[in-house]
Amino acid sequence: MRKVTIIVMAAVIVLFLASWILKAGAFQGEHDHYIIRGFLVTFAAFLTLAVMSFLYQDNPYYKFAEHLFVGVSAAFWMCMGFWTTIVQNLVPRLSTSLADFFEVPQRAEGLNFFFYTPVILGILLLLRLSRKIGWISRWPLAFIVGTTAGLNFIRYLRSDFIKQISSTFVPLLGRDWEGIGAFFSNLDLSATGQLVMMVSNWVIFLGVFCGLIYFYFSREHKGVFGAGSRVGIWILMITFGASFGYTVMGRISLLVGRITFLFRDWLELI
Amino acid sequence: MKLKLLVLCLLLSCFSVASAQEGTSPPEDTLLFDSTLLPAPVTNLVAFDTENDHGHAITLEWEISVDDGAGKQSVAMYEVFRWVPDLMTAIPSFRDTLDYLKLRTSSSWSEPEPGSRTDSIHSVFAKLDMAQLEQKKETLERTIGQAIRDLPAAHAAYPENGSWQQVAVAPSGSVTAEDVGTKEKDSPDYLPDYSDFYYRVNAVTADPDIRTPSEIFGPVQSYGQWFNLGRLAVFVFVMIFGFLTIFFVSHARRGADLYVRPLAGIEAVDDAIGRATEMGRPILYVMGLGTADQIATIASFTILGRVAKRVAEYQTKLMVPAYESVVMAVAQEVVKTAYYDAGRPDDYKEDIVFFVTSLQFAYVAAVNGLMLRELPATNVYMGKFFAESLLLAETGAVAGSIQIAGTDEIAQIPFFIVACDYTLIGEELYAASAYLGREPILLGSLKAQDWAKAAVIILVLAGLILANLGVGNDWAWANNIVDFFRVVD
Repeated sequence: MRKVTIIVMAAVIVLFLASWILKAGAFQGEHDHYIIRGFLVTFAAFLTLAVMSFLYQDNPYYKFAEHLFVGVSAAFWMCMGFWTTIVQNLVPRLSTSLADFFEVPQRAEGLNFFFYTPVILGILLLLRLSRKIGWISRWPLAFIVGTTAGLNFIRYLRSDFIKQISSTFVPLLGRDWEGIGAFFSNLDLSATGQLVMMVSNWVIFLGVFCGLIYFYFSREHKGVFGAGSRVGIWILMITFGASFGYTVMGRISLLVGRITFLFRDWLELI
Repeated sequence: MKLKLLVLCLLLSCFSVASAQEGTSPPEDTLLFDSTLLPAPVTNLVAFDTENDHGHAITLEWEISVDDGAGKQSVAMYEVFRWVPDLMTAIPSFRDTLDYLKLRTSSSWSEPEPGSRTDSIHSVFAKLDMAQLEQKKETLERTIGQAIRDLPAAHAAYPENGSWQQVAVAPSGSVTAEDVGTKEKDSPDYLPDYSDFYYRVNAVTADPDIRTPSEIFGPVQSYGQWFNLGRLAVFVFVMIFGFLTIFFVSHARRGADLYVRPLAGIEAVDDAIGRATEMGRPILYVMGLGTADQIATIASFTILGRVAKRVAEYQTKLMVPAYESVVMAVAQEVVKTAYYDAGRPDDYKEDIVFFVTSLQFAYVAAVNGLMLRELPATNVYMGKFFAESLLLAETGAVAGSIQIAGTDEIAQIPFFIVACDYTLIGEELYAASAYLGREPILLGSLKAQDWAKAAVIILVLAGLILANLGVGNDWAWANNIVDFFRVVD
């Protein structure tokens, strides 16, 4: 181990202990378990800084935080899957004695033997652990993928296809068109005004029309078709740009949350 | 304990019902006016289950008031009232309390705004500890389930424990109205099938306080039919799309050369695999956070099969970290099959596809670490991605990898566009699987999709013309065509 690494590690340990002692002291009188609370706040701050150190480069502190996070989360979801899905949802529907054994309340609707189907499929899925009969695990996989693909086909056809068509049937002149004279004499620039409605409806129409051309794969994008396709990709890119800015603002609020934790809950500077 | 909770919820529901009625429902009957001002009531009111639907709806018909368009000409509109048991009006309050308890026991709980409805519920539960809150949550969930099951019995108890509530409004001259509910039990508009409903229609004058109720009609029940004509458009398009798919698949099987325009992102996959082979570095294939039932994940399986086959041929190292156990199992089968197809079954190892964790940011931390330690020459991101997209793509860019991404998650595409070398946008991901595989089934379905898109373009143009001209000119046939596409949920 390099000398610099040892010095940095020693400094981190000293800082950690100092923070723990100071935080525990600060919590004394406020909380019953002030030593544990002081440790938890210090440990949370350490993990936050360890993850942020990745911005510099990969390092042992980041690795520690990463492995801890991955290990704990994998175990957590394993427990959650067992206790919430199998024990709480499945067991009370299958057997009263099993429900009593796990001390989970009976379902008001009683037993439902239909739920043996996922049990059987789950057991078949686990057969992949066997070399000899592992091929049987393909059946439940085929069932899951095939069934859901079929169900999604109808759902998407309705929500993404037909509703898209009907949502494009918009009045291109806005609502209540009463002629050009009336339009200009009552020009309303508000969000619900006729001009804005008209522009909005034209953008919807052209966006759908040119977007569909861009996603048409059976023909080369040249000539008029290519021009329509280019308009389509421009509309897509403008949309993505707006979405990008909106999401980045959301991420900054997450960063502010962590910075607030460090400076308020840990360092108590703000 | 359960009784206390029920009483509390009923109190809250009384509060909400009272406030709701205050805002929306006028007094039920008007008896304080000079009878000469009152309009004549509607006559021969009948209600029956709406035909050819999925249930949860009742149609009402009546003969108009003699004062509607004639006589005193005082009828401005008709208001349809349904008798609703107290249990039904209490359920939304139960749900509000349950939503509060769910929020309170979650990590995203924060103190509610003073004076808000959440705050009023919070004042009741503020002193309870987490175990008590959890217990109340479970009790309330069971109570709501039981209440929904008891709704038919509560309706059968008419006229005990209930009140009249307005469910529809029709303009003067109308002889029919529809009371349309929803089949979603979680919705406040849920209308239970096979329950006894009672209706009456008020003839209302320009002064909303002057009204005359009709005779009560009931009981009437709603129920679903075998065919829901509100979804006829879905059936028609399924048949057309099915026919097109079968036609083009059989066409492709007979050896027809079906043209698919080149996709830059997919053309780059083979080059990227070659680059990884030359550099002696691995290829990282990330399938995102989707589950095996999502279309993007299914498309990703096909692309993974193609990439794995090429990787096996070139004897390059492949890494596929999985987020979900079923996705991992399917991906293992796909990769295994690809290695067999490439004639290199001995090179296949179970740990090519490995499970990481099912927590979003823990998964990202692990994959990011993998990128910086293994330094893959190529990163392929295909599937369903969420907030982790930029974290992954940025780290990959820092590691100096060629990156190719594809997702149908609209909000994440911008991040891939800015951080990756090639990006497949939305449906290009689905097309990529067909383009790479060149299998008749995939190519045929891609061609069918293109024809469907061409049909959409034509329909949008035709629909626009009809919607814009038909409405203004009162063309009934044009409006019927436009309505055909308005699918009922």
